[in-house]
Amino acid sequence: MEFYRSHVLVCAGTNCSLKGNRAVREALVQEVARRKLDREVKVVETGCFGLCEQGPTIVIYPEGVLYCQTTVADIPEIVETHLLKGRLVQRLLYKEPVATKPVQTAPELDYFKRQVRVVLRNCGLINPEVVEEYLAQGGYQALGKALTTMSPDEVIATIKNAKLRGRGGAGFPTGLKWEFARKAAGSRKYIVGNADEGEPGTFKDRLILEGDPHSVLEGMAIAGYAVGADYGYIYIRGEYTLSIKRLKLAIEQARKLGLLGRDIFGSGFDFDVEIRTGAGAYVCGEETALFESLEGGRGEPRVKPPYPTDAGLFGQPTSINNVETLANVAPIISRGADWFRSLGTERTPGTKVFTLTGDIVNEGLIEVPMGITLREVIYDIGGGTKDGKTFKMAQTGGTSGGCLPQELLDVPMDYDNLAAAGSALGSGALLIMDDTHCIVDVAKCFARFFEHESCGKCVPCREGTMRLYQLVDKITRGEADEGTIPLITALAEMMYKSPLCPLGQTAPLPIMSTLKYFRDEYDAHINEKRCPTGTCKAIAARVQVAD
Amino acid sequence: MAVATKKPSVLSKSALAKVDQIIARHKDQPGPLLPVLHALQAEFKYLPEEALVRVAIGLDIPLSKIYGVASFYTLFNLRPKAEHVIRACESAPCHVRGAKEVIEALENALGVKVGEDTRDGRFTLELSSCIGVCGVAPAIMIDDEVFGNLTPDMVPGILARFN
Repeated sequence: MEFYRSHVLVCAGTNCSLKGNRAVREALVQEVARRKLDREVKVVETGCFGLCEQGPTIVIYPEGVLYCQTTVADIPEIVETHLLKGRLVQRLLYKEPVATKPVQTAPELDYFKRQVRVVLRNCGLINPEVVEEYLAQGGYQALGKALTTMSPDEVIATIKNAKLRGRGGAGFPTGLKWEFARKAAGSRKYIVGNADEGEPGTFKDRLILEGDPHSVLEGMAIAGYAVGADYGYIYIRGEYTLSIKRLKLAIEQARKLGLLGRDIFGSGFDFDVEIRTGAGAYVCGEETALFESLEGGRGEPRVKPPYPTDAGLFGQPTSINNVETLANVAPIISRGADWFRSLGTERTPGTKVFTLTGDIVNEGLIEVPMGITLREVIYDIGGGTKDGKTFKMAQTGGTSGGCLPQELLDVPMDYDNLAAAGSALGSGALLIMDDTHCIVDVAKCFARFFEHESCGKCVPCREGTMRLYQLVDKITRGEADEGTIPLITALAEMMYKSPLCPLGQTAPLPIMSTLKYFRDEYDAHINEKRCPTGTCKAIAARVQVAD
Repeated sequence: MAVATKKPSVLSKSALAKVDQIIARHKDQPGPLLPVLHALQAEFKYLPEEALVRVAIGLDIPLSKIYGVASFYTLFNLRPKAEHVIRACESAPCHVRGAKEVIEALENALGVKVGEDTRDGRFTLELSSCIGVCGVAPAIMIDDEVFGNLTPDMVPGILARFN
């Protein structure tokens, strides 16, 4: 193996590629060659580093110096000053919003200080297209350990003992799911990796797959061994072109090394993985709708029971797990259940990957211990609201989650506490809004999303989401009266109980949470025909006509 | 079957051979329909009725079911679209960061409303649910390419790249 004195890591995630990372990387390679440093300095493309707002980011090892918002024009200076002369390029260092001194290395950043990286252990550190880099980080050792030293029941016991819960949003205990699938009778069993990440505000699975695809494959193979499945499918959104490309490459590499395929590690265990792409339907993230789609049908949810672990894909026992859940598996097998339980909370150990979006300084991807408060995430890691504006609310769990006001910023972030607060942990999306946004206008945006994405199979959802949208729209137009909110409330009560799947069941939740915490703003629209933020143009126009 | 209101152009012999190849390639895998439709969409940029008839015969699936599936998913088109398809996200994270203004700028620059094609057949403007790049909201996708952190004044420059 060749030896280099410096490694220059350039983020090649989608978010940075939108900011011109490719040109930056090419300029780096050229400049390094021009300075005849190409035998000493290696330029490496990595997956997402997380600090998307500051992209394209460059990290130079062994020092670990982080440069932000780099452009092609900065490259000659970085090469000359840092790589040739060994000095820092001060002006490209990250500056904390409140601190005065620039920060040299990533771990010193407030953004990273509070983070614990289990799932994202390799993201931004390794080149996701080179399997050897994953192996060098201990990759596939957990699979080897499971296959050669543990029985499937021991693997399940470890995952159960770690209290790993599904990271797709439902929070079901993963070990229990595997056990059900293992015990179910079936001629063939399947593992399905759910990468149909459609929840607005969520892009963690995309960045995990872009940054560390092998971690998901390893988790799937271990799941296959535990359950007794010899085949796995990854169902991934059709829009995720870079993830699909890297995943394909990773599968080929793993097959070539005998880490997928027949008789893995000489254990007699066979397992292979195939990618299937979705075609643009939010509802396919629901497990039974996903099976319908994978089997070649419309993505419409099935009636449960039977549950997937009894009759899932092609009618066979199936364990369907979210990408983030699968990426947690190998570290738990390697380091043990006790280690995992030492992170996070008693009821929900481990970490959670969150995606920060909206009016927040550091938009991007973070991984923190379960139970951290919303306030810590927004202010200590996220850097607070953008442009110094006043915080209004945070929506947790994506568009199907609830909106929480300032007073609830100290709620610990895990499944149970957020559910108790009338919201959800969901997929880990966090949308921050400042006080320039009209709550009714935002509620209308939520309502329209569900109206569009309802698959139409069951009446309460198909009709309910449409009526919900119409009612909220009426409020934004100044056409609502005192009967509108009772009607929304009655409709929501019905929808919590009757639709077939969580899409319809959770559709009213975000709207009801805005009603609960921001009722005065609704009242201003309804009683005074006034939009306090001036966002709802139709209401203003109507008032003018009336005058 | 109401696949298209106007009769699509008749596919050439080589195009039909392509269709048959695609069917043959996926025929024996479990659940072949979506992979076949994806491959057809990649080949023709939409799903021609004639091709779907061949798929129905080749995979032994009723044409009505294929229509039901093809019309269910937003990434499948049953009619030819303009040369470039613009998919603008208006989900909450993009909405909060000003997607509305960006979409208005797109409408103005193209002289069309959402859901329409430009008269010269160069652009189709569509709304899309989340495209999963919320870290750089507001964002749009033009064909396979994503553009993020948009402001209305960036729209003409982006469109110019496709001219």
